[in-house]
Amino acid sequence: MIELDIKKKIGSGSASLALQVKTSFQSNSVTRILGPSGAGKSTLLKIIAGLILPDKGTIKFENTIWFDSETKYNKKVQERQVGFVFQDYALFPNMTVEQHLSYGTTDLNYIRELLEMGELDQLTHRNPKQLSGGQQQRLAILRALSTKPKLLLMDEPFSALDAALKNRMMKSLKLIFEEQKTTVIMVTHQDNEWASADNQIFNLESRGN
Amino acid sequence: MDLEPIWLSLRLAAITTILLLFIGVPIAYWLSRKQTVLKLIAEALITMPLVLPPSVLGFYLLLAFSPSNAFGEWLQAHFDLQLVFSFKGLVIASIIYSLPFMVSPIKAAFSHLPKSMAEASYIMGKSKTQTFFKVLLPNIKASIFTAVVLTFAHTLGEFGVVLMIGGNIPGQTKVASIAIYDAVETMDYVSANAYALILFAITFIIVVGVFIINRNAVKSPFE
Repeated sequence: MIELDIKKKIGSGSASLALQVKTSFQSNSVTRILGPSGAGKSTLLKIIAGLILPDKGTIKFENTIWFDSETKYNKKVQERQVGFVFQDYALFPNMTVEQHLSYGTTDLNYIRELLEMGELDQLTHRNPKQLSGGQQQRLAILRALSTKPKLLLMDEPFSALDAALKNRMMKSLKLIFEEQKTTVIMVTHQDNEWASADNQIFNLESRGN
Repeated sequence: MDLEPIWLSLRLAAITTILLLFIGVPIAYWLSRKQTVLKLIAEALITMPLVLPPSVLGFYLLLAFSPSNAFGEWLQAHFDLQLVFSFKGLVIASIIYSLPFMVSPIKAAFSHLPKSMAEASYIMGKSKTQTFFKVLLPNIKASIFTAVVLTFAHTLGEFGVVLMIGGNIPGQTKVASIAIYDAVETMDYVSANAYALILFAITFIIVVGVFIINRNAVKSPFE
């Protein structure tokens, strides 16, 4: 289980926003974060990952403290073992498709499995600039999975995929999440396909000043 | 014609560029991170040689390196180092003089990289050092090359600082730009013309190279 009780002021002046979240997300499930644009959904994901520090509060994952403002403890990003799919993909222009995955794992069979799942097995030697937007987005998802994270954070992960491809990816992802017992938190606007009895929805409300 | 000043200029430019590459890349990276007052002051100081007359910089370096002053005396006493009127002095002066040409393009390139690129690497468990060498540095290769070429060309054309620090000692401090000045002083226009033409040709090739590199470098990595 991931337990959050955090406060973070985003921005400054009249455009500032007070992000305040107190909730918990079940392990081995998919949670979708919904909310209006500018509510701080991406910031919340980055706070969980450790890329942005909250002003106050605690973050716990599987009963381990990741952040505690009282004791000034912050577990390093590198040690949290999370996966992250960035909204802008954040691919490495100097690396090929295959190198992106081998940067995260040395398991060649797993790399092959991921490439097949993302339908990029014919494009292994291409650089990001030689891929379409949809292919880049799939590579970003595969790269996040390469480290077999216990917690996967995804920021609008399917926005560039067509409906058919998205359905195929989702089916494969569900299998991987079950197999690896991955806890998933994703920011998404659509994707009702993920809605099931096991999965949760978290509504983030805007608290602008 | 004595080609020694040309070789000396090329040697000075090559040594300065190599040393500046190792000094400039870490400074550029440090400056590209979160802005602080200290960094602002440091960046202003590094940029000073761009706007300051070379004779001003040369004058203060001459004072600093002179064995009759504290710093120069200390260098001579502890390291047996005489920087005034020596090639070593020229190298140190050139490093200070050409520092902004190495640092500015590399700093701009680091700042231009999306923040999420390094974050993606950290998330994958990679340290800051691993991220720097495997992700950040390879993605600014073109800018590093531009900085290297600009620094080399700039050092090659140095005159004011070299004259103040090094004087005109053949084989030691008499670089090509000084040789041109010296030849003109003695009305030897043939030699002055030869040195000038060689410097012009080398610099022209370098500048054309920079333009070719820049044409690709200004584009975003995904364009």
